[in-house]
Amino acid sequence: MNKALNELSIAEAAQALRARECTVRELWDACAAAARAKNEELNAYLELFDADAAAIGAAQKRIDTEGERAPLLCGIPLAVKDNILIDEKLASAASKMLENYRATYDSTVIKKLKDAGALFLGRTNMDEFAMGSSTEHSAFGVTRNPRDPSRVPGGSSGGSAAAVAADMAIAALGSDTGGSIRQPAALTGLVGLKPTYGAVSRSGLIAMGSSLDQIGPLAKSVEDARILFDAIRGVDPLDSTTIPDGLYPARPVPKKLRIGVPMKLLASGVDPDLKAVFDATLDALKKAGHTVIGIDLPASSHALAAYYVIMPAEVSTNLARLDGMRYGHATRGKTLLDDYVQSRTEGFGPETRRRILLGTFVLSSGYIDAYYRKADASRAVLRAEYDRAFERCDVIAFPTTTSPAFKFGEKSDPLSMYLEDIFTVTANLTGMPALSVPMGTVAKGGKDLPVGMHFTAPHGAEPVLFAAGTEVEKLAGT
Amino acid sequence: MATTEEVKKLAALARIAIADEDLAAFTKEFDAILAYVGQLEKLELPEAGAVKPAMRNVMRADGEPHAPGLYTEKLAAQFPAREGDALSVKQIITHE
Repeated sequence: MNKALNELSIAEAAQALRARECTVRELWDACAAAARAKNEELNAYLELFDADAAAIGAAQKRIDTEGERAPLLCGIPLAVKDNILIDEKLASAASKMLENYRATYDSTVIKKLKDAGALFLGRTNMDEFAMGSSTEHSAFGVTRNPRDPSRVPGGSSGGSAAAVAADMAIAALGSDTGGSIRQPAALTGLVGLKPTYGAVSRSGLIAMGSSLDQIGPLAKSVEDARILFDAIRGVDPLDSTTIPDGLYPARPVPKKLRIGVPMKLLASGVDPDLKAVFDATLDALKKAGHTVIGIDLPASSHALAAYYVIMPAEVSTNLARLDGMRYGHATRGKTLLDDYVQSRTEGFGPETRRRILLGTFVLSSGYIDAYYRKADASRAVLRAEYDRAFERCDVIAFPTTTSPAFKFGEKSDPLSMYLEDIFTVTANLTGMPALSVPMGTVAKGGKDLPVGMHFTAPHGAEPVLFAAGTEVEKLAGT
Repeated sequence: MATTEEVKKLAALARIAIADEDLAAFTKEFDAILAYVGQLEKLELPEAGAVKPAMRNVMRADGEPHAPGLYTEKLAAQFPAREGDALSVKQIITHE
């Protein structure tokens, strides 16, 4: 085998384990050693867990006895974003507010992964409470991009992205509220999936924007993203927004795809080198027999504005529960009100405070109609606009980001950071699934920086997304 | 346009304190964000009520509760201050 064990994909590692080319312990040790060696520079992990000998032993036994019937994730070491609860482990959401918070139960996704025999290497860095696009808003230091450590890995799932891109884990879980899986995946050269809203249970995910949040995979290949998605999806009595199979009409996966491209939205604001890679990828897809169709999405130009109303509104309500009373950061002043104010002021970082205030503003009497209700109503318009487009095409393609990974401090103005989400937020507002897949690199400052192709599909049509992603992967191979 | 007074008021509502020296910068950033999201004004919506989301019943029967006390110690261990299994907080009503 040419690759080191920690460099394997899930599919390759599962194969190696079944072929007795390595043991679960050897695979764990290779990943854990790489994680330990690289973490000082990259700060991908906030905490590396000790090897769980019982879990490793159980996974090995299962592979030995069940062979091909064992789940593909059995014995596979994964990284987990710090806002996904693992029973008895700290889960801080990279915030001082929850620095000392120890999870009292497993999130549903972790329970499913444990049942499949997967192993957990550690919890990964992120923007505080998943608010940010660079991992610079973590209370515990920035994460660096393994492809160029002078640049950000994207965010908010930047730690998970860096861990997988630097082969410090086989794959990882992230969460995506406005692009927090797809954007870091694009900036680090990975595949990232934001599932259909409700496809994956949010039970045990520290909530940011409850109508937008989804947990999903960051992986080295489309196949790996599919394996992880299949393992974590499904109806959950603990999350009433989860959806049963068959709620949305099944979409057949066509051999030749009709790819819709909103040309007008891409006419300006995209890095010219990145746009050239995007256009070349579309040309190559055409040559491979797929059809590229120009589509019009007029309301989509307002999607980011709607997102930056709805998301802070939900953030301000979700984070109201963090008051220094029952758990988390607690400071005591003279009065009960002092207890609340001091705990929250010390516990939350600047970006979190900003979004709580913004949410409080858009929900306040006198502004709620102009901001929140208007933005909320726009979601149905966006959804209808996409549904109409999907009558003519199977997937809609964008670049995932407007530019490759940027340097630390480059987007210190909040609004410029928010614009980083411009192509990704619509999928969260409409609840549709979306995938970022590497489409090539752009040379900046002497480094080849990865960029991503972003596909959106109708609700429940993840299989169509995987097919589209696989087509782009094939191009890279040629 | 947001004023520093308004931002102070919002902060009080959200139970967050903003230091006086940060207030001006915070208000300026706040204004820029509000100016951006203000573009929503230009978005034309169909007549009110034209688009209603499809609703379905997501309530479940409240069956199979876990054994009483199963999580008590785990949860209480997170309390900043406790008396037995109870969360200890400041007295808020006095008899004076």
